[in-house]
Amino acid sequence: MMIELGNLILLLVVLINFYTLGTSRLVACIRAVAIQGGLLALLPLVAHGLSLHTLILSFWALLIKAILIPTLLTRTIREVRIRREMEPLIGFIPTLALGALVTSGAFIFANYLPLIAEHRGSLFIPTALATFFSGFLLLMTRRKAITQVVGYLILENGIFIFGILLSEAMPLMVEAGVLLDMMVGIFVMGIVINQINREFSTVNTERLSALKE
Amino acid sequence: MLLQLLLHLLIVLLFPPLLLGVITRTKALFAGRKGPPLLQPYYDLHRLWQKGFVISRTTTWVFRAGPIVGLIVPLLAALLIPFGAIPAPFSFNGDLILFVYLFALARFFTASSALDTGSSFEGMGAAREVTFACLVEPTLLFALIVLVRLSGGFSLNDLLGKHLVTSWQSAGASLLLLVIALFVVLLVENCRIPFDDPNTHLELTMIHEVMVLDHSGPAFAMILYGASLKLLVLGALLVRLILPWDSGNPGVDAVVFMAGMLFIAVAIGVVESVMARLQMVRIPQLLIGTTMISIFALVLVLR
Repeated sequence: MMIELGNLILLLVVLINFYTLGTSRLVACIRAVAIQGGLLALLPLVAHGLSLHTLILSFWALLIKAILIPTLLTRTIREVRIRREMEPLIGFIPTLALGALVTSGAFIFANYLPLIAEHRGSLFIPTALATFFSGFLLLMTRRKAITQVVGYLILENGIFIFGILLSEAMPLMVEAGVLLDMMVGIFVMGIVINQINREFSTVNTERLSALKE
Repeated sequence: MLLQLLLHLLIVLLFPPLLLGVITRTKALFAGRKGPPLLQPYYDLHRLWQKGFVISRTTTWVFRAGPIVGLIVPLLAALLIPFGAIPAPFSFNGDLILFVYLFALARFFTASSALDTGSSFEGMGAAREVTFACLVEPTLLFALIVLVRLSGGFSLNDLLGKHLVTSWQSAGASLLLLVIALFVVLLVENCRIPFDDPNTHLELTMIHEVMVLDHSGPAFAMILYGASLKLLVLGALLVRLILPWDSGNPGVDAVVFMAGMLFIAVAIGVVESVMARLQMVRIPQLLIGTTMISIFALVLVLR
């Protein structure tokens, strides 16, 4: 029962990956990542059962991934007044196709990994890989700094899924540190995006590489 | 056996227009109206059937063939697909390919008869319909391939047979993805919001409705009836996936199936009420997205 619930959550995570790759609306993108964060926060409880350790982990993941960071990002896009990712480096449909390719690849690849028996059938590792690569894809193909932040977040979500498998071995402080690091990273990025916007009146990162008098 | 055949035929012939009535009623309730009676589509068909044909002088036999093929093809498809636990009357190895391409045949004739009128709007509608159709086809085929893989059989009776109950336990994830993908297929093929609006009266935004603008009287009745049959046939795929149990009693099976279909009709009504139409350019994106979902379901099954 618990395994099925976990698989369902992981499947939804993969579907959200596809959604973020296919949509051009930034608000929807951020909302999707918030939902993904919320789903990930459930995973430690589902995977390892109820204990103080998993409870704390879930609580912090929920607070940071599903509430704090999305709020920060939403505020940023309100300040810089952008709604859509207009012209990605690679179009939406090709990125979606690439995303599906990478996801399928991750699922097939995970079969060949030398895993311990209890992880062999589960969707954790393929989903982690797929989420990781989807975030990477988003990071590479979009021009707006804010979508790249979203890509970074999804990439980190992939790492988080990996981390959950190890969470019995990993001390709580390490995990808290990772979450806090990411939080600070997003905070800084929000400020940087505002600065870019003030300086160039756009948040297209490609402008940053052009020389200016 | 005979009883099952009889029930199957009765459902095919009498049940479909009720689904349209249920969808309309659901939408009316959402909008706070009372809505037309549930049996309104039957009255409409009856009224249309009593009218005369109005056929333009510029058209040829292709124009007249369109509605007839549009009615016969879903009827044939309905004979190939099991309705819930009631097996299909006709079944042979590989009938899933025939099932998918029967719809392509109907589409070919509807589009040709639209082009035959020489109206520019109808040509536009035909172009759109064909474009979207070729994006939907892979989704449907991949979904059926997943079922082939799970069941080990090659006929629709095997695909939607008894294996489904155990498959939900072993491969529930990919079956869930299939349900999502097939629901989108159902919406697109039946020209429902968010892909197409069956009630719109603005030619520029119409897809399917614009193709049948020039048909009148009995021809239009055939198109309407054919459309509701198509809804039943594609819905049957979905109902069987959601309700995979056999009760053993044909009567109970038929009732369960019809209840499932009515539930799907209500679901379509809800989707139509709460969603806006998608922009034309967004539709291919979403359709390719669902194709990806069904491919992904296949990967989940294959690994």
